[in-house]
Order: sequence, then structure tokens, then C-alpha cells
Amino acid sequence: MTGTLLGAPDIGRALTRIAHEILERNDGADSVVLLGIPTRGLPLAERIAHRIAEVEPDFDADARCGALDITMYRDDLHKQPTRAIGTTRVPSAGIDDQVVVLVDDVLHTGRTIRAALDAVKDLGRPKAVQLAVLVDRGHRELPIRADFVGKNLPTSRSERVDVHLEEIDGDDAVILSAGRSDA
Amino acid sequence: MRHLLSTQDLSRDDAILILDTAGQMAATQEREVRKLPTLRGKTVVNLFFEDSTRTRISFEAAAKRLSADVINFSAKGSSVSKGESLKDTALTLQAMGADAVVVRHWASGAAYQLAHGGWLHGSVLNAGDGTHQHPTQALLDAFTMRRHLVGSPEGAGLDGLTVAIVGDVLHSRVARSNVQLLHTLGAKVVLVAPPTLVPVGIARWPCDVVHTLDEAIEGYDIDALMMLRVQRERMTGGGSAFFPSPEEYTRLFGLDGDRLGRLPEHAIVMHPGPMNRGLEISAEAADSPRSVIVEQVGNGVAVRMAALYLLLAGEEGAQ
Amino acid sequence: MSRPIVILNASLYGDTTASIVVEDGVITQVGETVDAPEGAWEIDASGLVALPGLVDLHTHLREPGREDAETIETGSRAAAVGGWTAVHAMANTNPVSDTAGVVEQVYSRGQEIGLVDVFPVGAVTVGLKGEHLSEMGAMANSRARVRLFSDDGVCVYDPVIMRRALEYVKTFDGAVVQHAQDLRLTEGSQMHEGEVSAELGLAGWPAVAEESIVARDALLAEHVGSRVHVQHLSTRGSVEIVRWAKDRGIAVTAEATPHHLLLTHESARTYDPLFKVNPPLRTEDDVEALRAAVADGTIDIIATDHAPHASEDKDCEWAAASFGMLGLETAVGVVQKVLVDSGLMTWRDVARVMSENPARIGKVDHLHGRPLAVGEPANITLVDPKAAWTVSADALSSRARNTPYGGIELPGRAVVTLLRGAPTHIDASLNPPTEGVPA
Repeated sequence: MTGTLLGAPDIGRALTRIAHEILERNDGADSVVLLGIPTRGLPLAERIAHRIAEVEPDFDADARCGALDITMYRDDLHKQPTRAIGTTRVPSAGIDDQVVVLVDDVLHTGRTIRAALDAVKDLGRPKAVQLAVLVDRGHRELPIRADFVGKNLPTSRSERVDVHLEEIDGDDAVILSAGRSDA
Repeated sequence: MRHLLSTQDLSRDDAILILDTAGQMAATQEREVRKLPTLRGKTVVNLFFEDSTRTRISFEAAAKRLSADVINFSAKGSSVSKGESLKDTALTLQAMGADAVVVRHWASGAAYQLAHGGWLHGSVLNAGDGTHQHPTQALLDAFTMRRHLVGSPEGAGLDGLTVAIVGDVLHSRVARSNVQLLHTLGAKVVLVAPPTLVPVGIARWPCDVVHTLDEAIEGYDIDALMMLRVQRERMTGGGSAFFPSPEEYTRLFGLDGDRLGRLPEHAIVMHPGPMNRGLEISAEAADSPRSVIVEQVGNGVAVRMAALYLLLAGEEGAQ
Repeated sequence: MSRPIVILNASLYGDTTASIVVEDGVITQVGETVDAPEGAWEIDASGLVALPGLVDLHTHLREPGREDAETIETGSRAAAVGGWTAVHAMANTNPVSDTAGVVEQVYSRGQEIGLVDVFPVGAVTVGLKGEHLSEMGAMANSRARVRLFSDDGVCVYDPVIMRRALEYVKTFDGAVVQHAQDLRLTEGSQMHEGEVSAELGLAGWPAVAEESIVARDALLAEHVGSRVHVQHLSTRGSVEIVRWAKDRGIAVTAEATPHHLLLTHESARTYDPLFKVNPPLRTEDDVEALRAAVADGTIDIIATDHAPHASEDKDCEWAAASFGMLGLETAVGVVQKVLVDSGLMTWRDVARVMSENPARIGKVDHLHGRPLAVGEPANITLVDPKAAWTVSADALSSRARNTPYGGIELPGRAVVTLLRGAPTHIDASLNPPTEGVPA
């Protein structure tokens, strides 16, 4: 089964649901900060933050949303061409004693999240770290799971999952193709 | 990039990538935990054939903040007493498994020879070779200028800026590196020096040359003024001295409070260090709020982290 | 005595085709048809150019002192392979060739090896120090019969010493051979001072440092009525000064090296000390001026300045490396490339600048640089102008490896060298005979 698996309305609904789940799990949003993992985790984190703010008017979406670049924490740097380093922006609320929700587009092997946990550790000491992803496509290589999942997509390893987001790609979609390697 | 030998080898995109990366590195240095795991397992050798504690500790800090192992290797020798040969040293480092060699050498071209001699596989970073090049110094200077003088620095060059470099251009690897890099980044460069300290054959350099500091201040809208160190031996050579006296040099080329006051208000004052206070720069100028000399040192670590990251982090042979 | 040799259908001086018979070290027949003596070795020389054996006025053989870089034997072999039948060995050995004893030793060793006539050049000043004249008379009257005196490697800088030397050599019709380099203007100098040195940060060597000494010495030679030979001209300015001096009737002669006729200061961009030489490689414009000056006779001769160096003196930083490059084995190829194939000169001219003129300046023209004619000593070089080859340092006969031409293709080379009728070099392509010819 290849083609567009999620359209814009599906993505919107999934993010709204994730926002509510985050609120439920943490008894509100008082200590929640979101860290989006560039590239596409960042707009997803911003969207979720704004959805939380719609429910909890005291929640300052801009102050509680940041970016976490994990390039320098990757374990596969020597296997790839040199990557440009992205921006890390710690939310103005800080992360010490906060519940940090990491946000990414696709959860696959878990290695990105492993790197993100190391990166968070160097920024401060959160009360807890949770993980929200738009798509979980399976094939974990590390003992890592997501707390909030937009859509579970059983895929074969050889397939490719591409997430398009309005802010970056001009449209919202999750596309499955018969690519040759990991997404 | 496999080596960083000369600013002349850098395209505008390369240079901006290094500066942008340095920006990210600088941001990490404001955190509580400043060490990054990025170059774990890599070995960086600081190979210094010439004493320079400042440059060495800057590279050492950069490598360590990226978790690389650092080996300091001081090799004695000069043009008079050759000491250990460059080739033998390189073979030793190769045997030790150096991933990168940061080399400071009294001979122009030594870094190039180390990179192209076929003696070692690692990347070579030129930390100053004779009177030729000192690329990370020029990059940290450009980084400092961009922070102060360009509205939104990320991704930007130095287009439209005017930079004056004052002093001993003839013997300065800092000047050579800066002229090339600043030109690549779109800045206009004015060299200010007595004719005895301007190299013969400078005509093709992409810069203007004037012969007094006042002429430069009056003739150009200077955004950054870079003062070069005057080496003592340039004025004590008896019949070979390059200018008549330190006093005359200071009168014509020294930056004092009066000349500082005649610069545009936003202009910054730079110096690669160490300074000769009272000779090329007065204490008043060195310590003024417009002086970014101390900041240059800090930026040096970020720029060197960026250079090490870009040379060492990627897939081997993928560049 | 070596076997008679018949050189069949060679192109004499690149002009007329003729055969040459050599017996007992002397040319006995020259003509379209010749009678081959019994047992003669016949060389099919069709397509080969026959020249009088080449004479190098500027060679460093390094013996005594630096036998790790070159010896009289290895240097003689390199010379023979390069087509030379005589070389003038410079005095900057250790000990310096500043006494009759040293020059006789060098001369005798050359004769003993027998591949090339080695004519020692005597030092002008004791120990090349520029302070006291050496005993030039003793060297002139020794078995080595020294006629040329030079402190080569160092300039005779003091104008009074230079004047005295120019005057003194008149006693035995000698000449002072000057390495023109103002020492003060070149302290620490590494390469030609110009836009490349400015960029590379290598200390500059201004053209004026050579030209000022050339001018001074020409005027001194005029003043005292003596002969000066200027080594390795490298700049357009020097050429113009020599031209002016000759017009004025001053007894000045000048040489250019093959490397200054081919290479430029751009080579320094590799920081490879193989290109470090004294005087330094100059600009394209200087190269053009030198080529034109050789062609029009302003520059009298081509000399190699063959300067072997041990590898540790070249495999190092540019500033720490020794000056100099090999030249004996590549000179013919380079000269053909830049002067003959370019149409500036004929092979007849090459005979003039690489054999006849140097023999005359060196006062050995009773032995070398003789016509290819009956009764003359059989010092003959056969050049194959179609035998292109790629220079490889490891394939050279010299003990040293410091050729700047590694990997470069040269259009031709010497394939046979005869010294007084004895083959000192036979290219493998000619199927050399196994008898009567040195290995």
C-alpha cells in the first residue's frame, strides 16, 4: 500500500488529539514545554503548542516551545556526508524541572530520540521527558517508545515515509513510497 | 572540505557555512554543559613548530569541547637549526592515528606540504604557516565582524562593509588570510602600511593600499579597523629596519583616542593579539567599548570548533 | 684503443646528411659515402642530429665533500648520458677548490673515470669567503690548467676584490665567472619577488639584486680591460644590461640555464623545494627575454648549473631546503623543447651555445667545441630529436633525485656520446655492441 496515507485533515485531527493527551497525562500544561526536533518536528511542536493554548489560555505557546538540534549528538556522523548544524532554542521558560515533550515527525529506529535525550541532558535537568510523534513506523533498534502517536503505520524496512508540512513543503501529507532505504 | 590551509581555497558558501556553524557552536558555549559528544573517538594533534600558547589553547579548547582526544606535540627547530623534519613528524603522527593535525610552523607552506606530501591521511588545519596564512584567525575576525556589523548574521556575508587593516602587511599571515576571506565575503579591504611593509607584487590583491592611517580614516567609511602587531625585530634591524623609529610609526599608524573618535560611530576595533600597547594601539583605544579584542579570543574557540566539526564529523572521503 | 666507429647518415648540425668515420679518437672521414674500416661499429644515425660534444660551463659535482649527493663518477655518468663531453666543476666543494692541490685532484679523478673531461673552476677567494684572493696563478699553472675562476654559490660581492680578481686573471688569459647576487638585497630570500611571493608569503628575491651586480661587473670589466662571464642570467633587466655592455665593446659573456628558459615562479605554488633554485625562477616575461637573448646571441651559452642535493636537503620545508636542481641529463630535451621546436633556433645554433661558445669561454676550445671535420678530436654527441621521453627522477644516472622535471615529457635526448672516439653513452635503443665499448 503506497501513496498518501494521511491528508491535511487527518494530520490536524492527530495533532489536536496529541495536544489533549499531553494535557491529560500531565494534569494540565503548567510545567509542559515542547522541544521540536528540526526539521519537521519544529513546526509540529509549534502547532501542538498552539492547540494546547486554545484549551489552556494561560499557556504561552511561544515561551513554552523550543527547538532541539541533535546533529552533534548523532551516532552516525561518520557514515554520512557532513551535516549542517541546526539551531537549538531553549524555551524561555527553561527546561529544568519541566516536563519536556520531544516532538518529531516520524519515529523509526529510535536513534534520533536517543541523540535527543543526550542533547536534553546537556541543556538541563527536566522533571520528565515524553515523546510525541506524528507517525510511528516501527522497526525500533533501541528500547524507546513514544508517549503520544498520531498514527501507527506498519511499514516494511524498504519503504519510505515522507512527511510534508505546510510550513516547509507547502502542503500537509504523509506519503508512503517504495523507496530503497530508511526514511 | 578535507583540509583548511588557506582562505583562498574557501568559496563564499564554504566560508558562510563555517561562520554559521561557528554561530551554533558559540550558542552551545553559553550553556551549563559546554562539552559536546560530537567528535568522540577522534584524535586531534596540535603540532606546534613555533610557540604560540594562545593559538594552541584555543584549538585545544575547541577540540576538547567536541570530545576529541587532543595530543600536544611541540617540535623544536627553526630555519637555522632544522631539527626534526616535517616528513618524519608527519609519519609519526600517521602512526599515532591522527584524524586531524593542527599545524603551526615557522615556514610558509609547511601546512600545504603536510597536507599534500602523501605522508599522512588526516585532515590538516593550518594554524599559521610562516608569513603565509592563518585561516582560522581570518574566520574568527569575519565571525566577529558579522556579529557586530550585520543585521541578521546567519547565512550572510560581509557585503558592503569596509575593513581597514593597519600595520605590517608584508610579514603578516593574518593580513593575507583576511584580505582573501573578506573579499570572498563581499567586504572592501583597505590596507594601511608604510610602503616598506607592503609586499612587492601586491597589485593584484583585491584591496586598496594607503600609506597613513589618517588617509584611511578620511578616505573611507570604515566599519572595522584591524590593527596588526608590529614585531620588535622589524624596527631594530639597524640598516634593515622597516621604519625609522617606534615613535614615527605610532604617529603615522598608531590608533589613539583622537583617531578612534574620527571613525564612524558604529566602527569596531580589532587586534589579533598580543598587542603592543603604546605602539600600534593606545590603551585608550584598546580598552574602549568599541574594542572587540577580547571577544575575538572567545570567538576563536567557536570558529575552531566549527572547522574541526566540518573537517572531521562527516563520512570519511565523502567530502 | 676503442673500435673504429662509423656513424651512418647523420644530420650534421641538423643541416646536411653525411656519415662520419672515427678512428683512434679522431674523425678520419666525413662525407656522403665513407669507407668503413674493418671491425667498425656501425651506428645507423638516420634521423639523428650530430653535434660537437657538449660543453657545460657550470656543473656541481659535489666531490670532495658531499659524495652523498654526487660524485665525480656519478656526475660524469650523468654528463655522458646528457650528451656532454666536458664539464666545468664549480669550486664550492669541501674543501673548496681554492688551491692547486684540490683542482688537480678533481681534474685527475675526472680523467681517471674517463667519461667526460672535468675542468675544475677555481675559487676567486679563499674558502669562497670573499676576503682574500685565492692563489689563482698556482691553479692556472697546475695540471688542471684552470682558466675560469668563480665563487659560484656566493657572489664576489666586494667591488674591490672583484676589481682585483678581474685584473689578476689577465695574467693567464682567464676570466672571472660571477654569480651575480647582491647579498644584502637577498638576505633570507626564497623566491622571485613579485605577485607570487607576495601571495605565498615567501621572502622575495628582487630582480635588481642580480641586475645591479651584472651592471657593476660589466663596468668594472670595462675599466680594467678584463673578461667577465655572468652565470645564470635570470631577468629581462640582466639581458638588457648585457646587451648594452656588448654594444659598448665590453668583454662580457653570459649564460642561461635550461630551467630559467622553461620554468617560472608559478612553480613555487606547490611549495615543492625541487623548484627552489638560485637565482630563483622568474616570470613568464623574463623567460621570454632569456629565450630571445639566447637566440640573438646576447646570451652566449646555455649551462646547466647541475646542482645535486641529498634528498634530506630537499624533502623539507621550502625555507629550510637547499637551492639548486639537476640539469645535465635533461638539458638537451629542454633546449630542444623551448628553443628548437619553438623555431627560435636551429641545431646549428645549439652547437654554438652548448659546445663551441662554452669551449671558447672556458679556454678549452683546442679540445672541445671543434668542427665536425676530418682531423678533429672525435667528441661527438648524437641527438635523437624524435625520442620523446618522460623524465623520472629514479631513472636518472645522477646520485641525486632533485630534478624539477619529474613527470614532464621532453621531446628528445642524446643517444650517443663519444669522447675522443670512445662511446661514453649509448642509448639502449641503439643495440650497443658488446665488445670494445665501455658498459
